[in-house]
Amino acid sequence: MEDFNRILFWVFSTLMLGSGALAITRAHLVNAAMFFIQVILCMAGLFLLLDAQFLALIQVLVYAGSVVVLFLFVIMLLDQREESKRVTTGGMLAGGITFASLTALLGTIVLQHAKTNPDAALPAGGSVGLRDVVRTLFTHYLLPFEMTALVLLAAMVGIVVLSRKR
Amino acid sequence: MLTDYLIVSGVLFALGVAGVAMRRNILVMLMSVEMCLNAANLTVVALQRYMPPHPESVSPYGAQVMTLFVIALAAAEVAVGLALIVALFRVKRSTSVEQLSELKA
Repeated sequence: MEDFNRILFWVFSTLMLGSGALAITRAHLVNAAMFFIQVILCMAGLFLLLDAQFLALIQVLVYAGSVVVLFLFVIMLLDQREESKRVTTGGMLAGGITFASLTALLGTIVLQHAKTNPDAALPAGGSVGLRDVVRTLFTHYLLPFEMTALVLLAAMVGIVVLSRKR
Repeated sequence: MLTDYLIVSGVLFALGVAGVAMRRNILVMLMSVEMCLNAANLTVVALQRYMPPHPESVSPYGAQVMTLFVIALAAAEVAVGLALIVALFRVKRSTSVEQLSELKA
């Protein structure tokens, strides 16, 4: 079971990083959005491997179901000119340098941390039901939950104001 | 195993930042920022799964609840960002950030 999880982890993470790299380099925006959906779905798979079934569900519903659809609406609504699609050599260079240095930095931090704190024994995970997470959400985190609802309302009003014709 | 998850999320974060640096299209830049947020979510969930809970924590699932809030706020952020992009497109007829250089001296 542990081996199977490990294989699934490598499959999901390779697919996710590969399609992430393709999503930021594709010239055509619809292709980029499709690769972005693949990143989202692989991330949901990783959440499942981490015993976070609720988050995997929310990830697919909210990201793949609404965020990417919103992106696709806007991509198809706006008439993209050719020059804004192009990936320049200078841009490639800047992106490559940023990627290499950030990966080196974060990798060093993580490996250093792993060296000083060797893997602790895995706490008893078992299956985390929807019930446990949602009970936490509606008891200890009730106020932040209501605040999130308020933020969503404010965002909705803001969007109506922004997209009004004047 | 925790180290593997942290490295994967670090590489995904670096890809997101590289996307912001590389592209001049504002839609792809927004998409890359979303990728960074996803990488941060993966870090939080992996740490919650592989670290023993803090003795004073009220619930071991606080990390998952926080990630839920991040996802909800990211959705709100994308909606507002795309509305701004559409409003910008009405004025500039373009989604390239090279067209937005009025503040440059």
